[in-house]
Amino acid sequence: MNIRVTDIPAQTVGRIDVAHVSISLGEGADAFEAVRDLNFAVAAGELICVLGPSGCGKSTLLGALAGHLEVTQGQLTVDDQPLLGPSPDRGIVFQQHTLFPWKRVRDNVAFGPKMRGLGKAERRMAADQIPKLVGLEGFEKFYPSQLSGGMQQRVEIARVLINQPRVLLMDEPFGALDAQTRSLMQEVLLDIWTKIPTTTVFVTHDIEEALFLADRIIVMSARPGRVIDDIRLPFARPRHTELVTESEFVRLKRHILDRLRRPDGFSLLPRLSPLGVPAE
Amino acid sequence: MAVGRMVERVPGVRWLVRAGSILACIGLWQLASSLHVNLGIVTFRNVPPPTEVVQSAIVLLKSPKLLAHVSSSLWRVFAGYGAAVVIGISLGFAIGRSRTASDLLLPPLELLRPIPAVAWIPLSILIFPSSELSMIYITFIGALFPIILNTVHGVANIDRRLVASARSLGGTPAAILREIVLPGAAPSIVIGLAIGMGTSWFCLVTAEMISGQFGIGYYTWEAYTLQNYADIIVGMLVIGLLGMGSSWLLTTLGHHLMPWRHPTVAR
Repeated sequence: MNIRVTDIPAQTVGRIDVAHVSISLGEGADAFEAVRDLNFAVAAGELICVLGPSGCGKSTLLGALAGHLEVTQGQLTVDDQPLLGPSPDRGIVFQQHTLFPWKRVRDNVAFGPKMRGLGKAERRMAADQIPKLVGLEGFEKFYPSQLSGGMQQRVEIARVLINQPRVLLMDEPFGALDAQTRSLMQEVLLDIWTKIPTTTVFVTHDIEEALFLADRIIVMSARPGRVIDDIRLPFARPRHTELVTESEFVRLKRHILDRLRRPDGFSLLPRLSPLGVPAE
Repeated sequence: MAVGRMVERVPGVRWLVRAGSILACIGLWQLASSLHVNLGIVTFRNVPPPTEVVQSAIVLLKSPKLLAHVSSSLWRVFAGYGAAVVIGISLGFAIGRSRTASDLLLPPLELLRPIPAVAWIPLSILIFPSSELSMIYITFIGALFPIILNTVHGVANIDRRLVASARSLGGTPAAILREIVLPGAAPSIVIGLAIGMGTSWFCLVTAEMISGQFGIGYYTWEAYTLQNYADIIVGMLVIGLLGMGSSWLLTTLGHHLMPWRHPTVAR
């Protein structure tokens, strides 16, 4: 019961094509265009960060990739398949954890296999393998409320990866963590991604986080979100925290800051969610 | 201040204070009824003292009447409340999950809801063939509304992010209902069950006083008409004990069904 993606040659599944995608949210008079004419592709196995100011629609794009939101114009495909609603093929991790409070860590992780109809013994076996990968050993019988924020996000990642998704979608997953835990979790994520090279779309508004994690950064403008820059990062892997003090890192950070400071990059809009307009 | 702090520190002392408070109340009662205290608006002239009540309780405990009364009351609550649980939770789920069901079912229920269950007693005697069935119906109607409303509340307020997550993990609508909506609504449902249990007993005792043949409410009312005043209080105490027991059962059930609400053991 290992991870499927590692068994087959890497970088063959998980290619994402975003073709002239626009997404409108809200109804009637409150309707607005969240993103406009996004056009880019993500190679299989690539880790990209989508960077942009709050409310620029980067989470909206992620919600559409997950299948929770519909595209108004254009087309989204993964491995040339159009997206029809949510699927375990495209796992999503939210900023605030969505673990089921009534399930222990092990049963939260085993939720996907259970939905696939696996027997209890098989599920348990699968669910006991993954925690080692994300550093959850010893916590299998805890309830989510007993875990720290970082641990909760590890469970989230484990719960998504057990389904062997083609694509891993992350919506500011470490945004609610304290600085030290966030930095630790970035390294944990890179470690997992090295072992299971899943195509990853990581949404953040933290420039350093994007520079540290990504193969490539897509910079978006304020609403309606458009792609204003597409930067391939030259940093070698494995990466360590010292990277953030290197001159090229600092130069790119300044470049992106400049990009975002221009009138079309700056905004003070409320945060959007991958599930559409926030309920309140 | 210093005494208060000491009391907080020693748990045994707090229990002593609590027990003392109960004993003091019983002592006051004994005093008031043996002296036939008349306070103008209330009089203890006909109130039996605790000592007499204890004697009557012992007599009732030894007679076969107790079992007959208690078991017929328990049966009525079991039947009426049980039906309310099944129907209330099902209706609550339908109304909370489906707009059509809500539009179809909610308006008539909202019209009936403000009518207190005991106001149903005369009509229910007319529409049911036996007084037994009409009493069960009163018990049912008393518990039904709190159960429906709290179920609707719990079901409708499920975190939509959890549902979205479950869909992304491959959950079918049926699985989401079972794995997410049911446990997510459980705390609210249990609150409805507890409120319903209280109103159930309240309605049953009233119904039994009016149309009962047996039952603990009937026993209490009969004691009044036969002027066995000590038995009135015995009846009241038995009703209190039954209510307490059933609410304890519900709380225990809640703890068992929702262990995640009180995770005391780490692993």
